[in-house]
Amino acid sequence: MKFEIPIGPQHPALKEPISLRMTVEGEVIRDVDIRLGYNHRGLEKLAEEKTWVQNIYLVERICGICSHSHATCYVQAVEKLMELAPPRRGLYIRYLVSELERVHSHLLWLGVAGHEAGFDSFFMYTWRDREVVMDLLEMISGNRVHYAINAIGGVRRDLDDAQRQKILDGVTVLRKRSEYYFHIGANEPSFVGRLAGVGRLTKERAVALCAVGPTARASAVARDVRKEDPYAVYDEIDFDLCTAETCDVLGRTVVRIKELMESYKIIEFIVRNIPAGEIAVRAPRKAKPNEAVSRYEAPRGENIHYIKSNGSDKPERLKVRAPTLANYPATVEMLRNGFIADIPLIFAAIDPCICCAERSVELLDARSGEARTVRMSDLRRLAAARRRDVGLKGKAEWPF
Amino acid sequence: MAVLRTFLYLLVYPGLVFLFVYSTFCEWFDRKVYARLQNRMGPTHTGRFGLLQPVADFLKLLAKEDIVPERADKTLFSLLPIFGIAIVGAAGLLLPVWNFDLAVPGPTSFPGDLIVILYLLSLPTLIFFLAGWASTNFFSIIGGTRVLTMLFGYEVPLFLAVLSPAVLAGSWRLAEIAAFYQARPLLVLPNLLGFVVALIGVQAKLERTPFDIPHAETEIVGGTFTEYSGKKLALFRLMIDIEMVVSAGLLATVFLGGFPGGALLGFLSFVVKTLFVIFLLTLIRAMTSRIRVDQVVLFAWKYLAPLAVVQLLAVILIKGLRS
Repeated sequence: MKFEIPIGPQHPALKEPISLRMTVEGEVIRDVDIRLGYNHRGLEKLAEEKTWVQNIYLVERICGICSHSHATCYVQAVEKLMELAPPRRGLYIRYLVSELERVHSHLLWLGVAGHEAGFDSFFMYTWRDREVVMDLLEMISGNRVHYAINAIGGVRRDLDDAQRQKILDGVTVLRKRSEYYFHIGANEPSFVGRLAGVGRLTKERAVALCAVGPTARASAVARDVRKEDPYAVYDEIDFDLCTAETCDVLGRTVVRIKELMESYKIIEFIVRNIPAGEIAVRAPRKAKPNEAVSRYEAPRGENIHYIKSNGSDKPERLKVRAPTLANYPATVEMLRNGFIADIPLIFAAIDPCICCAERSVELLDARSGEARTVRMSDLRRLAAARRRDVGLKGKAEWPF
Repeated sequence: MAVLRTFLYLLVYPGLVFLFVYSTFCEWFDRKVYARLQNRMGPTHTGRFGLLQPVADFLKLLAKEDIVPERADKTLFSLLPIFGIAIVGAAGLLLPVWNFDLAVPGPTSFPGDLIVILYLLSLPTLIFFLAGWASTNFFSIIGGTRVLTMLFGYEVPLFLAVLSPAVLAGSWRLAEIAAFYQARPLLVLPNLLGFVVALIGVQAKLERTPFDIPHAETEIVGGTFTEYSGKKLALFRLMIDIEMVVSAGLLATVFLGGFPGGALLGFLSFVVKTLFVIFLLTLIRAMTSRIRVDQVVLFAWKYLAPLAVVQLLAVILIKGLRS
């Protein structure tokens, strides 16, 4: 018996709205249809109406977990446009926060993976330890989620010696705990039995479908912007690129735990070798007409921002390609011929951040069932037309 | 007078009121231990140490809106929770805590009550399946089929494991089995393997991690109970709690030597031994992650069933040596 089950837009496994329609035969998934557009916020359009500085705090709100990734990616592009060279101390602090954010994101993901696999004890433990890194971030920037540490041309806040010592202490604790998680992830039989062999994505398919981040690296694709195209400070730092050969959810878990270890190494290097000097340079108010593309290795994979400037104090166009969007095609491939029981695991294994990836809206005509994709501007035009058609009050008709 | 006594027996002790109080206490114990194992506090505020939290949850659910889906089989949908409570309550009466008199096989203690209690404990599984099926919701139907699929895995090893101590004791009456092991405490040891198998079987029967597959919330929302709300859900939750107490009591009777010492001491040892079994169940729950339904069946037939058979063979061997 074949039938279609809806996972989402509202579903306990999904923290954000997305619709996965599964055609299932018994417990086996035969086909998958991903529908996006439940969380469109029109951020790119909004960015065109704000100044360069205001936009730092706007793009930071693209995501609640990798907020620093988007802000940094944006700031990198703006600095290219303005031809600014931030001082090295500022860069070290900026990428210190980057790595701390990666640690917090990966710990969060480990907990989510544990919860999706029904291993709630693992979830509780990782999220308890995540508080350590959250406290460090709060100490550095003043905020737990939206750090707002970036400024165009550097960072906003400096780091003192007491803070550096606290970071080192925190990393020591976290390293010990992460080793324990690695031990559990590799040895607890029910957990390993649940993750191994689930959501297979071969190396060839991962390359063909343009998977990014830990998803690609778990399929043995050695792809990391920090290594391939070392931006800012990464060419000075010694760290390893973590890959796994297993091509399944277990591999994705292992890659993330290994990356945690590498991040600790990077954090310790940065804290020990941070140069003295200024933390920011003064930025001009306007940028010359030009285009810039910035790449950044977010915890979830490669994040790309494209900015076009027209000589004013506002961008003419900002385009964001979040890593989650790049991983959707690979997800469909992973889900096909899997079990229903594995849907949440496989989907969670790309560490989806849906609101990061929403850039357009699909409308489904309630009467004809016809679907079409529209942009924010079209929606606005539709809304205006509707307001003209419908009188001041009372004539509104519910389309169902 | 006899009628009044029967009513008291059914409704107060050891009937519904006692089972309600004790099973909510056991739920609290389970939740508290689970929380402490996970570095959390667990219930703290309602009552002393949060003892009244399960009761509060139950009462709150009773007050919630009770929705019956339009397309569901309404009679079946509404009757199932009541049947469930009745069945597990009846199973609770058979435990040899309140009917420990060996000489008088009464209406709730008779040769063969072991089989009856196992039968009564199998019925809730069927209730869950029917509940899922009657809801006509995709998630419920998948949950219901998972309930049945799992049943084929764990039921046979569980029965084999529970029956082997009975074979050694040479009786099908719970009170007599318990008395046999009380007289010969060393013979409890050969049954340890069966105890482990039965513990895992009970964990699967109660649908707790790693066997919480029929209502895995991240996969199929509420599973069997997706459409249930309000009173009916409250009754189902109470039913699962009582089932836990009765199963723990059954394991304690068969494997841990029952509850010696008359009404009061026997009752105390009932509390201690059931809590011990529930503690082990909670430990399993905290230490494992949910497995897939095909893995359950594979695990049950590959490991549990052979182990149960080994246990049975060992018991037959010991019985032969003793005679």
